[in-house]
Amino acid sequence: MFVAWRDLRHARGRFILIGGVVALITVLVGFLAGLTGGLAAQNVSAVLDLPGDRLVLQKPAGGSASFSESALSPSEVDAWRQADGVRAAAPVGIAQTRATQKGASAGVALFGLPADAGDTALTRLAPASDTEVGLSAGAAKGLHAAVGDTVAILGADYRVASVGGDAWYSHTPVVALTPEAWAAADERMGGTGEPTVLAVSGDPDWDAVASRTGTSAQPALLSLTALETFRSEIGSLGLMVALLFGISALVVGAFFTVWTMQRSADIAVLKALGATQRSLVADALGQALVVLVAGIGAGMLVVLGLGALASGALPFLVAPLTTVVPAVAMALLGLAGAAVALRTVTTADPLTALGSNR
Amino acid sequence: MITLDDVTLTFPDGSSRVTAVDHVTLHGRAGVVTGITGPSGSGKSSILALAATLIRPDSGSVLIGGEDASALTPDEATTLRRERIGIVFQQSNLLASLTAREQLQVMGELGGSRRAAARTRVREGVDELLEAVGLSAHADKRPAQLSGGQRQRVAIARALVRSPQVLLVDEPTSALDQESGAAVMDLIARLTHERGTATLLVTHDLVHSPALDELVTVIDGRVAAAATAA
Repeated sequence: MFVAWRDLRHARGRFILIGGVVALITVLVGFLAGLTGGLAAQNVSAVLDLPGDRLVLQKPAGGSASFSESALSPSEVDAWRQADGVRAAAPVGIAQTRATQKGASAGVALFGLPADAGDTALTRLAPASDTEVGLSAGAAKGLHAAVGDTVAILGADYRVASVGGDAWYSHTPVVALTPEAWAAADERMGGTGEPTVLAVSGDPDWDAVASRTGTSAQPALLSLTALETFRSEIGSLGLMVALLFGISALVVGAFFTVWTMQRSADIAVLKALGATQRSLVADALGQALVVLVAGIGAGMLVVLGLGALASGALPFLVAPLTTVVPAVAMALLGLAGAAVALRTVTTADPLTALGSNR
Repeated sequence: MITLDDVTLTFPDGSSRVTAVDHVTLHGRAGVVTGITGPSGSGKSSILALAATLIRPDSGSVLIGGEDASALTPDEATTLRRERIGIVFQQSNLLASLTAREQLQVMGELGGSRRAAARTRVREGVDELLEAVGLSAHADKRPAQLSGGQRQRVAIARALVRSPQVLLVDEPTSALDQESGAAVMDLIARLTHERGTATLLVTHDLVHSPALDELVTVIDGRVAAAATAA
């Protein structure tokens, strides 16, 4: 790194420029990742918080499971409950509608789930009575409601029994009801009142039971593909992030290729003086790493600052998955890009340092 | 200290080969400046490249401190060059981002298994050599801030900072005026004598021949004449 550090100091304008470009790309990647994470959380946090080892959805013949289409019949629910290895199976109904409270109105996701289904932030919202609801923090905020207030949903009034933490489904905050109250509300919307999903715990032969009952059984994370809005949203945003990763690798690779080509005469001299290939490669990669770490670090600081400012107005998630992971990925891809320039290092001919070749 | 023993070197030239060095034998002895002169294209630089282990001869051998360099792998040749040979290039070939002091320090940062020892040896020798070449006051200047003669003196100090057995010098005065050229040649001769280095110096300019202890004339790749200074 002896020559690399001094090159960085000597040509600081060029390195500040490329570091700035890396920082800008990092801001874009980081902000997009934070936004993607925030939107994803607003889309699926309630699903991920459902109890059970796997979520069972109805699977139409020749089609794929969908949260919006799934309705599990009593026979399907019973088949899962009686299957060998099943410890518990909690039916959960999911539907979206509007709720009002003293003139305030908000779109909400109705979750009908038994109060004894488990111990998660979502299940703790479940009320004990059919005339009560539990509001997630988002729902309480949207409806300006507190414990003891009355909320109207589809023409029926419910007393707010509790206000809990954040739980979202398809960008609407969760309102929890008893299974019976949920079934009645679903029927008022023209539905069957049958539960959407079965949260199953245990160790049954998942594939066999699913095949026998015409259902699908997936861990919560994998079941998210059955949520259309999540699939399309993550697909689009993920593609943008992937493109930015590619652009980052290309930009860094192009810069270091040109930079190393400009230095090829110096590299030939160092080889003629006895520099090892290894020391020259370490010098070149070390230089790229310094630029990447500085650029990505500065970019991430901006992302964290902007994220803190924006999190009140936008669904923005600051977590290792949206900061550390993209930063490491950018550094690795940038190094991969810079590695392209190593060809110039390895092929520089020390013989050209002799004579008047320079 | 360095011997080229019956060395021949050819290069491809279309479908045939051209002989650049033709059965050349010459010796470089410790503390002696051996000049290699001859017209353009006579093979002087090829002899220097062979001595520097940058190319391998078609036949014959290059012995440096008794070791046959022509039998070494490229990595072994790099190690030999780093440990035993100093090179002064025609254009000084200093690195633009380094100060004069750092041009010498970099010789301790070239890698290899004995890097720590080399770094210590270089660190100890930097000030002495900058003093020896008269550049102590310019130690923190970069090449762009130095004159041509000063740059060449830095290059000489760089070549000597690891105390090599052999010093190879390629046309050191070609880019210098008469006065600077003479000063550089005198410096090379003085340091060769003081440090006991075996110096091979390629030059086409015999104006500075008084600084040479021996002179070998090469014509068409062959040694045409050898003489020792009185």
